[in-house]
Amino acid sequence: MIRLPDPKTDVLARRDAIIAGLRPLLAESGLISEAIRLKPYETDGLSAYRQMPLAVALPETTEEVAAVLRFCHQNGVRVVPRGAGTSLSGGALPMEDAVVVGLMRMNRILDIDYADRVATVQAGVTNIGITNAVAGNGFFYAPDPSSQLACMIGGNVNMNSGGAHCLKYGVTANNLLGLKIVTIEGEIVDIGGAHLDAAGYDWLGLLTGSEGMLAVVTEVNVRILRSPEGARAMLAAFQSNEIAGRCVDAIIGSGIIPVALEFMDRPAIHACEAFAHAGYPLDAEAMLIIEVEGSVAEQDDLLDRLKAICQNFDPISLKVSQSVEESAAIWKGRKGAFGAVGRISPDYLCMDGTIPTSRLPEVLRRIGEMSDSYGLKVANIFHAGDGNLHPLIMFDANDPASFHKAEMFGADILRLCVEVGGCLTGEHGVGVEKRDLMPVQFAAHELDQQRAIKSAFDPDWLLNPSKVFPLVEPVSLALAAE
Amino acid sequence: MDTMYHLPPTAAEAAIATTVAEAAAAQEPLWLTGNGTKGAMLRPVRSRRTVSSAALRGITLYSPSELIVSALAGTALSEVQATLAASGQHLIAEPPDLRRVLGAADAPQTIGGLVATNLSGPRRVAWGAMRDHVMGIRAVTGRAEVIHSGGRVLKNVTGLDLCKLFTGSHGTLGLITEVTLKVLPLPETSATLVLPMAVAQAGVAALSAALGSPYGVSGAAFLPQAAAARLGLPGAAALVRIEDFAASVAYRSEKLRAELGVAGSSILDDAASRLIWAGVRDADPLVVGDDDAVWRVSVRPSAGPGVLEAAGCSGFLDWGGGLVWLVGAATPAAHQRVETAVLAAGGTWTLMRAPDALREAVDVIPPESPVLAAITRRVKAALDPRGILNPGRLYAGL
Ligand SMILES: Cc1cc2nc3c(=O)[nH]c(=O)nc-3n(C[C@H](O)[C@H](O)[C@H](O)COP(=O)(O)OP(=O)(O)OC[C@H]3O[C@@H](n4cnc5c(N)ncnc54)[C@H](O)[C@@H]3O)c2cc1C
Repeated sequence: MIRLPDPKTDVLARRDAIIAGLRPLLAESGLISEAIRLKPYETDGLSAYRQMPLAVALPETTEEVAAVLRFCHQNGVRVVPRGAGTSLSGGALPMEDAVVVGLMRMNRILDIDYADRVATVQAGVTNIGITNAVAGNGFFYAPDPSSQLACMIGGNVNMNSGGAHCLKYGVTANNLLGLKIVTIEGEIVDIGGAHLDAAGYDWLGLLTGSEGMLAVVTEVNVRILRSPEGARAMLAAFQSNEIAGRCVDAIIGSGIIPVALEFMDRPAIHACEAFAHAGYPLDAEAMLIIEVEGSVAEQDDLLDRLKAICQNFDPISLKVSQSVEESAAIWKGRKGAFGAVGRISPDYLCMDGTIPTSRLPEVLRRIGEMSDSYGLKVANIFHAGDGNLHPLIMFDANDPASFHKAEMFGADILRLCVEVGGCLTGEHGVGVEKRDLMPVQFAAHELDQQRAIKSAFDPDWLLNPSKVFPLVEPVSLALAAE
Repeated sequence: MDTMYHLPPTAAEAAIATTVAEAAAAQEPLWLTGNGTKGAMLRPVRSRRTVSSAALRGITLYSPSELIVSALAGTALSEVQATLAASGQHLIAEPPDLRRVLGAADAPQTIGGLVATNLSGPRRVAWGAMRDHVMGIRAVTGRAEVIHSGGRVLKNVTGLDLCKLFTGSHGTLGLITEVTLKVLPLPETSATLVLPMAVAQAGVAALSAALGSPYGVSGAAFLPQAAAARLGLPGAAALVRIEDFAASVAYRSEKLRAELGVAGSSILDDAASRLIWAGVRDADPLVVGDDDAVWRVSVRPSAGPGVLEAAGCSGFLDWGGGLVWLVGAATPAAHQRVETAVLAAGGTWTLMRAPDALREAVDVIPPESPVLAAITRRVKAALDPRGILNPGRLYAGL
């Protein structure tokens, strides 16, 4: 179980005054304080953890965000920024003594500039909302997390989210040009703009993935790209994880970088097939979904090359999509993987480590051994090109012992990821979930260094405290030095 | 080897840390550098003591199938490139060789120096900058501590991303000792469309159309008459590069040429294409005298032509118009014209070289708003509490 810090009792005691102070700073109905209406905000995508917030503020403008933060800063009130609340690591989990600042009302597309290939959107625009806004002109916003119908760009920025196509197009950090942020003091600051690589420190890069700890993002300038002429998928199934892993190496070694290269192990194949009826081979131990882009002739050329490579690894089946519909069918199972696992087990933990891809067979074997010893089933989905592994650990939430075991199993997997040269999280963030594992990856002085950088933005540790770093009294190294 | 990122300091790192600790105790500024090939950039550092990564040499990890290479910071870029090329891979940000433009000695560029300066070439417009491909760093900070950030995998969001903070920090936060970079396969071949265009605005409009096409353009530059002549072209032209498998390059370059419909356009083959883009990458079109100043400006692409004109000096455009290279008289007035033009366009400048008097006198990069400047001071203090690492290099007094 993850411990949350003790609430500040003086803040709880001032609750009525804080609410009264905040209300006039927001538009009508912009402040939520009644228990029944606070309920939807008590958790996020890591739903095993719940905590009612002090209040929820729903600003509609950057100025309102600034006013709320200024007030919270002056009154020593903690703030938890929130987008759509789909974080799988508990990044948006409220605290009893904190005001949740929800960006969902800031959902307007402000500007689209096709000549300079940049769109300016408010933080509460959904990920898919950006692509939808530019698709008519043949453009798209590249990072495509599976949660893209719901998750918001402000959340994506703060988690540095990835997607199935990031092997070619990169993650959120690689697709941003600028931000409008509000500091905890309520100051509005523009970072970057519509140009590449601003001189000075890379604030854009540092803020990306900062999990709501440095500032509240209210606007984002994203790069938009022209869509390729077309895309098509193929499916290749193999007799073992080892063989599939070697095939991935051979593909990358051939000089082809597919736009997507997804790996599923046997339990994942079975779960997804039962759910999506995508025609996945049930006799396979491992399966790859490979997608290429370009004109039809270019797709044919690349798929022929890939087929030839796969053929060297004695595939159980090879299916090259002949149409957009067939590609969609191949993707349907993968995209529905979480829902599919949810059908065979009502509760599961979605882990998110990264490993050097060459270690995949060994890591899957050891996860299998852990699965046996914990007595919990696990299905593995893997962004094979970049080493990002998602084990889905199935458990029974009605049984606290089962949940406890699932958490320990998950922690063991993440320790294994670090042990083989990888990291604790590839795209879901540390949040509260992996907070206490941080010392596995970082030495104490390295964590203190990161804390000191947080202090430089938020000296009083009011912005999303209790996330990312193991709980200790926040040291303010920067200030201590002065 | 795999878990080197979690290893304690090496002997060399420990020695550097000792030097930093001594300097911190004595409140003595240090000049942190690699081989010094980019010393001409920004503001000169007044220091009697140099700490260099030059002795830290060697590739420590290369896993082609994992698209990852690690090297100690002082490793020559050329050595990294040769190793990658032998496996058909490269650094996709296309790091430039600016030694001629910067008037540098013939020493090799170090890989750590490239990361510390975040310099990228023409492919940046499509495939990202150096900063987009730095997956891990180790560094000795101004606290005399050895820290790591990131690692040797391609996806990593564990904790604050200090790789980004160190990349482009010009040695003001610490000495980078080792870097891990994402690499990608070399394209099979390339071709370049040469679009004769006299006027920069029209040239950039063509580049914008090309970059907004589905054909995977990986280079987009505009060369005014004089710049074009330096690269052996008969007249001002927009250049558009496509790199991929041969069949794709043939198909896409023809298709794009037809769609752009520019009279008199031609297509350069792979060899000619490589040559001309090496010239664009290394800013060969610039004629730089000993007493000249060189500015590297980044603006929204459509603003590039306006900046080129308003700056009132010669230069050319890369990155679809968004990167403006300028060379002119090293006077406060000339610098002021550049600043004014860039600020009006909403962008950023870097003074790449100038006689020391100018470098000491002007803002070598844009000053930050008071709020951001305060954050900069605090972040700098968090990593370099005594302010001894490359003081003044980015901002006067810091
Ligand atoms: C079914 C499902 C599939 C998923 N698939 C993927 C996937 O493929 N790839 C992937 O990377 N992730 C995935 N996720 C995780 C999640 O969707 C991402 O982390 C997403 O970016 C979170 O966005 P959000 O708007 O829901 O943010 P929230 O969950 O509300 O917040 C996330 C974090 O960002 C902070 N935050 C949010 N908005 C702001 C802001 N404006 N300013 C400052 N801080 C802010 C919060 O405090 C919190 O720390 C998935 C989640 C689910 C439930």
